[in-house]
Amino acid sequence: MTSTIVSASSADTSNSKPRRQRRLVGDRRRQRWGWAFVGPFAIVFIGLLIIPLVYAFFLSIQTTTIATGTSFTWLKNYAQAFADPIFLQGMLRVVEYSAVMIPAQLVVAIAAALVLDNLTNWFSKFARVMIFVPYAIPVVIGSLMWGFLYSPTMGPATSIFGLFGLSAPDFLSQDSIFGSLVNIVTWQWSGYYMIIVYAALRSIDTDIYEAARIDGATNFQISMRIKLPMISSSMVMIIVFALIGTLQFFTEPTVLRNVAQSAIPPDYTPNMYANVLAFSYNQFNYSSTIAFALGVIVFIFSYLFLFLTRKQNGLK
Amino acid sequence: MSSTASASRSLATTHRQSGSRRTGSPKIGSAVFLLILIVYFLTPLWWLIVAATKSNSGLFTGTGGAMWFDQDFNLWENIQELATYQGGIYWRWFANSFLYALAGGIGATVLSILAGYGFAKYRFRGRNLFFSLVLGAVMVPMTALVIPTFVLFSNFGLVNTVWSVILPTLLSPFGVYLMRIYTQDAVPDELLDAARIDGAGEIRIFWRVGLPLLRPAVITVLLLSVVGSWNNYFLPLVMLRDQSLLPITVGLTQWQAHSNAGAGSEQVWNLVTAGALLSIIPLIVAFLSLQRYWQGGLSVGSLK
Repeated sequence: MTSTIVSASSADTSNSKPRRQRRLVGDRRRQRWGWAFVGPFAIVFIGLLIIPLVYAFFLSIQTTTIATGTSFTWLKNYAQAFADPIFLQGMLRVVEYSAVMIPAQLVVAIAAALVLDNLTNWFSKFARVMIFVPYAIPVVIGSLMWGFLYSPTMGPATSIFGLFGLSAPDFLSQDSIFGSLVNIVTWQWSGYYMIIVYAALRSIDTDIYEAARIDGATNFQISMRIKLPMISSSMVMIIVFALIGTLQFFTEPTVLRNVAQSAIPPDYTPNMYANVLAFSYNQFNYSSTIAFALGVIVFIFSYLFLFLTRKQNGLK
Repeated sequence: MSSTASASRSLATTHRQSGSRRTGSPKIGSAVFLLILIVYFLTPLWWLIVAATKSNSGLFTGTGGAMWFDQDFNLWENIQELATYQGGIYWRWFANSFLYALAGGIGATVLSILAGYGFAKYRFRGRNLFFSLVLGAVMVPMTALVIPTFVLFSNFGLVNTVWSVILPTLLSPFGVYLMRIYTQDAVPDELLDAARIDGAGEIRIFWRVGLPLLRPAVITVLLLSVVGSWNNYFLPLVMLRDQSLLPITVGLTQWQAHSNAGAGSEQVWNLVTAGALLSIIPLIVAFLSLQRYWQGGLSVGSLK
């Protein structure tokens, strides 16, 4: 826009110089205003993101021992991390969780949003809010509640299964903890993703559905062939959020661990491992290495995903 | 435009109704599906409401089972006990949660509005570079920063203070991204230029022209950041040692762990359930009363 104004005024040769100069002075003053608005955030960005990141890297290339003190050991900690079975297992675990949890949340969110989009009455309005409610509940409280519900003594499972003369499965055992955690996360976040999908569906021009219907498409075909492809950009956004969230899995397993110590070791996920290293073993250097490595891996994963879906997500 | 859309929508529904009679009422199927979802999403909440009214022993041996009320209704006693147990520290935690959520959330929102507006409406040197850094930061997991920030803060004696929790929550790259996208569409350049020609200063223009147009996005970003800091668990868990500084989330999980490990007298399950119920009320009320704003606003980032 600026360039067109400048070129237009330069075509008008008689008074181009003073006008361009005034324009430039205005631009320079405008530049300062831009930084004035962005400045406060820039300070926080540098102080609480850039500096901690650099500091984390700085810590991660050092090693502290009682005998020798602190010395630079460069990439030794990283070599140790990527050969550390606990870290590798934790990474594998959160990748497995992502592979199950993200599709589960997406399916629930999309199915609910499609139904809500088709059905517009008081009941669907009510349902929309109720499905969203878990998002307003802190993750800690959500995990606490499910921990109670899973409990054989305080939860309903024992009596429900008792009705059929069965003994309730132990939701907090080593074998079932994976499913139990998937359920908590799906419960907590599907409603939020549903609202995003729903809002995207609402923004589609309904004339398209009419055209499809005249061509003989059923409601189901319209949902699958028209609605889903048209909301692919919000699906990409949801997947990225869910991916970033799941790879740093911490709160749910930590809270559930309070009632399921045997099923969830203290170093269950990379973030939990970093926490244990720092505060149980005082290994802040190695802990920073794990945190930094996790950060880099998450960044690469989500960047890669956004790159692979660049056609769908509309980002350049 | 909106009237034609709604007209075609109502046309579509009548069309759909005639179609549904042929295929055996999918409307009922949809309603049943939604009902199942509602039951699933509300079950834990219902359990919590019931459990908050039980005494410690009632939680285990209640006459109505896990999903129904016990004979004796213990909610008021539980709330009273919350006010006295460990010197009424629960309400201290409640106040702390409010402080952290509001200070962090409002601070993050103000910074996001200013930065989003700056990015969207001014051309300045380094803008594109800085904005791509911000976009990249959206993908940096915030928990990866917690432990380095802890070590950094401990050098300045900031650990175990309210600042150690509030300062890191001020950072919200996603809020900046949302505000920029929204400002670009909602605040036309022509309007700002017209105000400039009228001689208004840049701050006045922002305050009088820009900000009023940004209200839906402001409320959305505010809700998102307040929820974010209210939700915070890893950060206060790492930063705070002093019991009287904890937010509810960390405090309640401590009680949960004590109750699970401790013997009879140390079990305060009833306080955990009643405390959990009370703690979720403010946010649920906020979301229900601000529906109009966030339902549209949450999709802002995805519509592009």
